[in-house]
Amino acid sequence: MGRILLVIRLALRDLRRRRTEAALLLIAILAATTTLTLGLVLRDAAGDPYQSTRAATKGPDVVANANLAGLTELGKLATASGVTEHSGPYPVIAGKLEASGRTSDVQAMGRDATVAAVDQPEVTQGSWVSDGGVVLEAAFADSLDVGVGDSVALGGRSFKVVGVAVTAAMPPYPGASCIVSAGCINGAIPDDRDLPAGLLHNPGLVWLTQADVRSLASDRSSLSYVMNLKLAEPDKAQAFVDRTGGDHGGAMPMQTWESILADATDLARDSQILLLIGAWLLGLLAVASLSVLVGGRMADQTKRIGLLKAVGGTPGLVAAVLLAEYLLVAVVAAAAGLMIGALTAPLLTESSAGLVGGAGTASLTWSTIGLVTAVALGVAVVATTVPAVRAAQSSTVSALADAARPPRRTGWLITLSARLPVPLLLALRVTARRPRRVVLGVVSIAVTVSGIYVLLVLNAFLTDQPGTGAYTEAQVAVLRHVLLVWTVILLTLAAVNAIVITWATVLDNRHASALARALGATPREVTVALATAQVLPALLGAVMGVFPGGFLLFASINTITGGDSDKATLPAPWQLIALVLATVLVVAALTSVPAHLGGRRPVTATL
Amino acid sequence: MLPFEADLRRLKTRKQNRTYRKEWIVSNAAGTPVLSARGLRKEHGKGEGLVRAVDGVDLDVSAGETVAIMGPSGCGKSTLLHLLGGLDRPSAGEVSLNGRRIDNISEKALARMRRTEVSYVFQSFHLMEELTAVENVELAALLAGRSPRVARRRAEELLDQLGLAGRERFLPSALSGGQRQRVAVARALSNEPLVVLADEPTGNLDSAATLDVLQLFKDLHESGQTLVIVTHDARIAATADRKFSMRDGAFVDETWLTGGTTGQLGALVGLED
Repeated sequence: MGRILLVIRLALRDLRRRRTEAALLLIAILAATTTLTLGLVLRDAAGDPYQSTRAATKGPDVVANANLAGLTELGKLATASGVTEHSGPYPVIAGKLEASGRTSDVQAMGRDATVAAVDQPEVTQGSWVSDGGVVLEAAFADSLDVGVGDSVALGGRSFKVVGVAVTAAMPPYPGASCIVSAGCINGAIPDDRDLPAGLLHNPGLVWLTQADVRSLASDRSSLSYVMNLKLAEPDKAQAFVDRTGGDHGGAMPMQTWESILADATDLARDSQILLLIGAWLLGLLAVASLSVLVGGRMADQTKRIGLLKAVGGTPGLVAAVLLAEYLLVAVVAAAAGLMIGALTAPLLTESSAGLVGGAGTASLTWSTIGLVTAVALGVAVVATTVPAVRAAQSSTVSALADAARPPRRTGWLITLSARLPVPLLLALRVTARRPRRVVLGVVSIAVTVSGIYVLLVLNAFLTDQPGTGAYTEAQVAVLRHVLLVWTVILLTLAAVNAIVITWATVLDNRHASALARALGATPREVTVALATAQVLPALLGAVMGVFPGGFLLFASINTITGGDSDKATLPAPWQLIALVLATVLVVAALTSVPAHLGGRRPVTATL
Repeated sequence: MLPFEADLRRLKTRKQNRTYRKEWIVSNAAGTPVLSARGLRKEHGKGEGLVRAVDGVDLDVSAGETVAIMGPSGCGKSTLLHLLGGLDRPSAGEVSLNGRRIDNISEKALARMRRTEVSYVFQSFHLMEELTAVENVELAALLAGRSPRVARRRAEELLDQLGLAGRERFLPSALSGGQRQRVAVARALSNEPLVVLADEPTGNLDSAATLDVLQLFKDLHESGQTLVIVTHDARIAATADRKFSMRDGAFVDETWLTGGTTGQLGALVGLED
């Protein structure tokens, strides 16, 4: 116990002593944990409200619909094998609803005022249907900005909004499934396409009494019918559909609860995929930052390690202290990431407004907490273990002498650099001294640029919506939020990486820089060399980030989401050139301050 | 015969053939010091914590002269050397190199001055560990803007003269202490500086290597190289023309050692029987 306390106390003291580095470490891991939390919470946020809604509304396992000709067949489903309960058939009519100066296509379903055994929509405001009163599906009401007490016009008649309700029998607006024989189309419609007459576009769902629905119908044939079924084995709903669809010639449209769930959570799933991919990218960036930070700190802690060992610390104790520092930071970052992720996730779950407790109820599950914490600790352990063990095994005497890790020799680069102007000569030699750090720098920039490449593609795709694609304006807004979160976190972590890597380079090269100045290099030449040593890998990383990085990442996202890359507009060559140049310029700007400080360190103090 | 006697003899011959240095010595023989300091002071801290590392030093070093500055650790020797070479700026006083004030010029001008007019030999060599001996030596010439070919030829020539032929491609870690210091000296000479400032050049060496480096400095002295050597080792001071003793940042004694040392150097400095 005493030993554990000692380890924690030593770790905390060292973290307090180097607050800036501790803060950078925290930001690096925090970025990854926040994004991962968002991704995981979104998955739950999308799935859980649907399940809650299904439970609260006696959600059907299968929804079948038919026109008048199929009504008899539809009715037979009530007694089909495997069906335990049913409600309906209910009449449905296609129509146009006018409210708040807007006209929308609707599917108006006639329901009984009494409670149904299957699919009894949960009223969230007001009351259930009554003659002359209409109940709107919650997401549809939200979209129209209509509430209880307002009046709407339907089929030329005025109805009073008596309630707002949610259902699990249909995905929320604007993803509603089609239950009218006229047919529906969801999503945006290109300007150059004419829709067949009578086809509903992004229809909303409203409930009326059956009498009101029938009164709106010009004749019986204009009505469609819906039946909701409960099965003995809900998990085998698709098998039921395959079986009964076959019995009935396959002409009767049916939807299983799983397909409704998939449609209801479609947007959230897209957001979640984006965030999870972002989380893994950020995880890679975090490992890169941590590796550099840890390496730099270890170099800085050499003497402290020697002192610890000199006063009796075992290699195990030394390794434990070093590991404990980063694990403490990782735990804090995991906790903060979980909190921030959980608090911001509701901003990205607007699509579930049509479900019970939809928006704002994104909550943490134990699996999310466990996974995020494990990733944070994993990142810290991966980046720390090797240097910690190496430091613990180092010679006490050389550690006390604060001996620096010998630099690498890259002969061909040294020979090549001799032919270059002084700043480039020094820059290439700085680069050649620590090839692993250069690789980390290249990877860090490549990952960032790959992310930005994908963001450009997605942004162009979303800009084209709702003109061509499957998303409405509201959905585009949600996905833009996701992309914004991605962009901010990605750029923040990339900036942290650039600064951290430069500062580590400055510290590592302080002796070489001082010596170069003692031999006649000007402070400006040393500054330019230190900055150039970052810019050269940044240039390579930026080019690799576009190709193959960006192409591969985009292809991966398409493969995972089942997207069609032909629909996406790839960035134009000038955009890619601008991206590479902008990356180099930003890295140059970010590294200029640490490089400037490094180039002007007092020579005598270092030598 | 001393271990490096043959190399040193060759060095002398080559040095004597270098006419530029003779011309330079003649041009400065009128008595203008090549390096001078007046009222030089360097302070650290303030108030009660004020420390005068260098306190009112006056110094003139003539061309071709070797000056030794002695004193105990912490007396300000190294700080003085840094001030003389423009690595550090004085709190007060003046430093002139070849008749030009250097205490008030820009960092850039100081850097340029260090390329060609003054160079350092450090106690701990300060060689770049990842560069071979010849790459370390040529670095100073490359920084001064020499072409890679000229810089390499000059570096190889110097290493050959300093007895390191065949070790040009060795990394510092593969060289002995004495050999490393020879590389550092070769680097200091690569741009043919007016003055070489040596800070405890034997401080990190064993007896044999010390003797080696002593002989090297003696030879440099004889070749007409202006040297200022900071040391707390009386043996190396014995090779100088003049010796200053330093205490608490100030010179307390100046001794003329006529003509430098003569005879068997090793015996003189007590390294040989």
